[in-house]
Amino acid sequence: MGQVVIETSDLSKTYDGFTAVDKLNLHIEEGEIFGFLGPNGAGKTTTMLMLLGLTAPSSGTVQICGHDPGREPLEVKRVVGYLPEKVGFYENLNARQNLEYTAELNNLPKREAFEKINNLLSTVGLSQVCDQEVKKLSRGMKQRLGIADIWIKDPKLVLLDEPTSGIDPEGIEDILTLTANMARKGITVVFCSHQLHQVQRICTRVGILNKGHLVAEGQIDRLGREAIAGGRYRIEIQVAQVNQKLVDALKLVEGVVDVQGSAETLLISCDKDLREQISKLIVESDNSLLGMKIEEYSLEAVYKEVLS
Amino acid sequence: MYTVFRKELADYLESKRFAMLFILATMAAVFAVYLAVQNIRGAVSSSSEFVFLKIFTVSSETLPSFLFFVSIFIPIIGIAFGFDAINNERASGNLSRLLSQPIYRDSIINGKFLASLAVLSFIVVSVIAIVGGLGLRIIGVPPDSEEVLRLIAFALTSIIYGAFWVALAILFSVSFNRAASSMLAALALWMFFFFFVYMIAGAIADARVPIDSNSSFEMIAKNAEIQGMINRISPCNLYGESILALLTPEIASLNPALMMISVIAAGRMLTPLNFTQSLLLVWPQIVTMVALATICFAISYVRFIKQEIRAT
Repeated sequence: MGQVVIETSDLSKTYDGFTAVDKLNLHIEEGEIFGFLGPNGAGKTTTMLMLLGLTAPSSGTVQICGHDPGREPLEVKRVVGYLPEKVGFYENLNARQNLEYTAELNNLPKREAFEKINNLLSTVGLSQVCDQEVKKLSRGMKQRLGIADIWIKDPKLVLLDEPTSGIDPEGIEDILTLTANMARKGITVVFCSHQLHQVQRICTRVGILNKGHLVAEGQIDRLGREAIAGGRYRIEIQVAQVNQKLVDALKLVEGVVDVQGSAETLLISCDKDLREQISKLIVESDNSLLGMKIEEYSLEAVYKEVLS
Repeated sequence: MYTVFRKELADYLESKRFAMLFILATMAAVFAVYLAVQNIRGAVSSSSEFVFLKIFTVSSETLPSFLFFVSIFIPIIGIAFGFDAINNERASGNLSRLLSQPIYRDSIINGKFLASLAVLSFIVVSVIAIVGGLGLRIIGVPPDSEEVLRLIAFALTSIIYGAFWVALAILFSVSFNRAASSMLAALALWMFFFFFVYMIAGAIADARVPIDSNSSFEMIAKNAEIQGMINRISPCNLYGESILALLTPEIASLNPALMMISVIAAGRMLTPLNFTQSLLLVWPQIVTMVALATICFAISYVRFIKQEIRAT
C-alpha cells in the first residue's frame, strides 16, 4: 500500500445549474496508473482542473499529497504535472526555450535545468529537433514535448488529458511507453482517454465517469466480471469428448454455478477461479483436456455495459 | 513574476510588431525634427525663450506637430502590446499549462503588464531622445535645466497615458476570447475618445449655447467652456492638455475661455510659467490618468484571477 496521492470526497462542480461532476470519490495511491474514462462531457477534464486547483469545486474536498489545491495552490502545483488536451507552446520559441521557461518558472537553477532538459529531450526523442521553432513540430512531437514539460518539475502526480488523441500509431506507442516509464519511477498517473485498448494496456485501475457520476471503478478484470458475467468467472474448456457424465461431475465441484456446452467446448460459470480443480477433475475422469481459458473482459465490453 | 516579465519582454522585443512600431515612431520623430527645422524660425521670433521645447511643439499650417504624432502613437503602441496578452495564451493552449506551474496566477498578468509598459516606455523615451538629439545637432541651442525637467515630465506623462492604454487593452484581452475582437474593441474605444467625444462635445455646446459670427465674446467663451468640460471625459484630451501645458510654458490656464483670451492677447508678451506652476496646472489631468490606468488594470486583474479555467 503506497502513499495516498489523490483523495477526493463528494467532489462536485456545478456550472450555472448544470452539474458537471457529481459527488466524486476517488482514492488513488502512489505509483498507480489510473485510467479515467467516460464519454465526452462526462466531467473528466473538469475533475482534472479541480484536482489542480484551476477550477474551484462547488462542494466537496480534494487532497493532493495532503494539500488542498484551493488553499495551497503552489504546494500542489509543485508536485503535479498537467498535460492539457490541446497543449500549446510558445510557437515562436524552440522546444528547448519552451522547456527552459518552464524550468525557470519552477525555480530550477540554470545549470541543473540545462542538464535536465537535455536528458528529457533525449528521453522523449526530440533531441534532433530541439532547436526548431515549435510551430514546425508535428502534433505527436508537441505531445511528447508536453510530456517532457511536465517531467521538468519531477512531479509526484501527472494528469494526462487525452494525451494520444490525433496522433499516429507510432506516436501513441511512444506516449504509452513514456507513461508506463513514469509510473515505473513511482509517479502516479491519471490517464484520461477514450482509447479503451490503450487504457487497458497500461492502466492498473480505471474509473468510468458518466454525466458526472463515477459509474464504475476498479481493476479491469474485476469490473468485467461484475458488469458482464454477474460477478462470476467464466472458464472455457475444450476436451476430447463431451459427455453428460463429465458435465454432471463438473456441476458437483464446489463453486460451479452452471455448465453449458456443445460438441467439444464447455463454458463453466463459477464463483471463483477454479481452473486447478477443473483440470484435475478432467484428467482424473480419463478425459483429455485440450484447452482451457479463463474469460478476459475487454475494457470495451465493460465500458459499453456500464454506460448502457 | 520576474521570470514572466523577462520572457514577455524578450518576446516583445523580438516581435515583428515591435520592429514595425519602432520604425514608424522613428520616422515620426525624424519628420518632427524636419518640420521643426523648417518652421522654428517663425515660431521663435515671437518669444526668445524655450527654443529647445519648440522643436516638439511647432507645427506648420499644413502639418501637425510632434505632439500630435505622439498623442496618436501612444494609444496604438499601448493597444498593440496588450490586446492579445491573455486571450492569445488561452487560444494557443498555453494558459492552462502556464497556470499549472508553481507560480501565483497574478504574476502572469502583472508580468505581462510590466513588460508591455517597459516596451512602451522604451519607445517613448527613444523617440524623445531622437528628436531632442537631432534637434540639438541641427539648431545648436542646448536645453536649459528647466527644459530638461519639462521633457522628463513629458516623457513620464506619456508613459502614464500609455499605461492606461496597455491596461485597457489587457482588460479587453481578458474579457474577449478572440484577439481580433479585443483589438477592434480597443481601437473603437480609442476612436470614440479621439474623434467622437470632440464632435459630441461640439454638438452639445452648440445646442446649449448657440453661437454665430455675431455672438458676444461671453457667449463664445461659454460655448468653449462647455465643450472643454465635456472633452475632459476623454483621456486623449487629458493627455493632450497635459503635454501641451508641460511643453508650452506660455500656457497659463487650461480653462478654454481663458485660453481664448490668451489667444486674443497673443500680441502681448506673455509671462511664461515656471516648471512647478505648469506641473500644478496639469496635476489634476495627470492624477486622473493615473487613476484611469489603475482602475482598468484593477478590473482586468480581478477578472483574470476570478476567471475559471473551464473544460471546453
